[in-house]
Amino acid sequence: MSSQPVSFCVTFSVTSGVFAARKALAKLLEGLAPLQLDSEDPDSIKMVLAEVLNNIVEHGYPNPQKPGPIGVQCTLVGSGLDIALTDTGEPMPNGEPPIGNAPNTNVQFADLPEGEFGWFLIKIKSTFPKRATGETQLRPESRSYSYL
Amino acid sequence: MELSTKTVDPVLIVSVNEDRIDAAVAIEFKDAMRAETLDGPKIVVLDLSTVNFIDSSGLGAIVASMKHMGQDRTLALAGLTPTVDKVFRLTRMDTVFSLFATLEGALEALCNRPA
Repeated sequence: MSSQPVSFCVTFSVTSGVFAARKALAKLLEGLAPLQLDSEDPDSIKMVLAEVLNNIVEHGYPNPQKPGPIGVQCTLVGSGLDIALTDTGEPMPNGEPPIGNAPNTNVQFADLPEGEFGWFLIKIKSTFPKRATGETQLRPESRSYSYL
Repeated sequence: MELSTKTVDPVLIVSVNEDRIDAAVAIEFKDAMRAETLDGPKIVVLDLSTVNFIDSSGLGAIVASMKHMGQDRTLALAGLTPTVDKVFRLTRMDTVFSLFATLEGALEALCNRPA
């Protein structure tokens, strides 16, 4: 992590499962309450983290009989929030996150996208996978993410 | 996932009685929508005024519901809260659906009569 002094940090863990994303989002926003974020910020945090958490639940721990931990660590760095999600589940294909292209709406009715929204939302609403500080949290052996 | 319906001829109003459509309920939502819109009016308005949060799974479920209704019918969305509205605009799904700020506005535009 960053070597600069940490003034505010929220750390906890949830177990993967159907309601893991809801639980983690509620817990994180509760933990961030003292920061009195602008109304825009919680929206972006929810939007991005819900997608990352869903991805971990669906693809990191694909077998509901074999759930695993999802660690959440949120640190205030300057005026930004550095949020790292870590898990011990299945790795990303090729060790890298998808490109997250914009959903193509210029298609026939039957071909309108029902997916592909997640990574696009992550990409446009966060700095992921770029990091302004510290080492990269994206490790090939897991689906760990970080965004600022 | 509980949906309630009301017909305001010629429109079927489907209301979502939940505060979120996320991955935990997306399939349930899709199934419930399918059941409610199987037959009936050509125009369906989905009232999202109680929904404060939608993720990509929820968005996908709404698109799937529209596709299931078929191209000769209309699925309009009404009462989008600011966060939900943002998701539709960011993903350009606002170009695929007719979005109305209020249910009343949707009914006025779609059937020229108040709710």
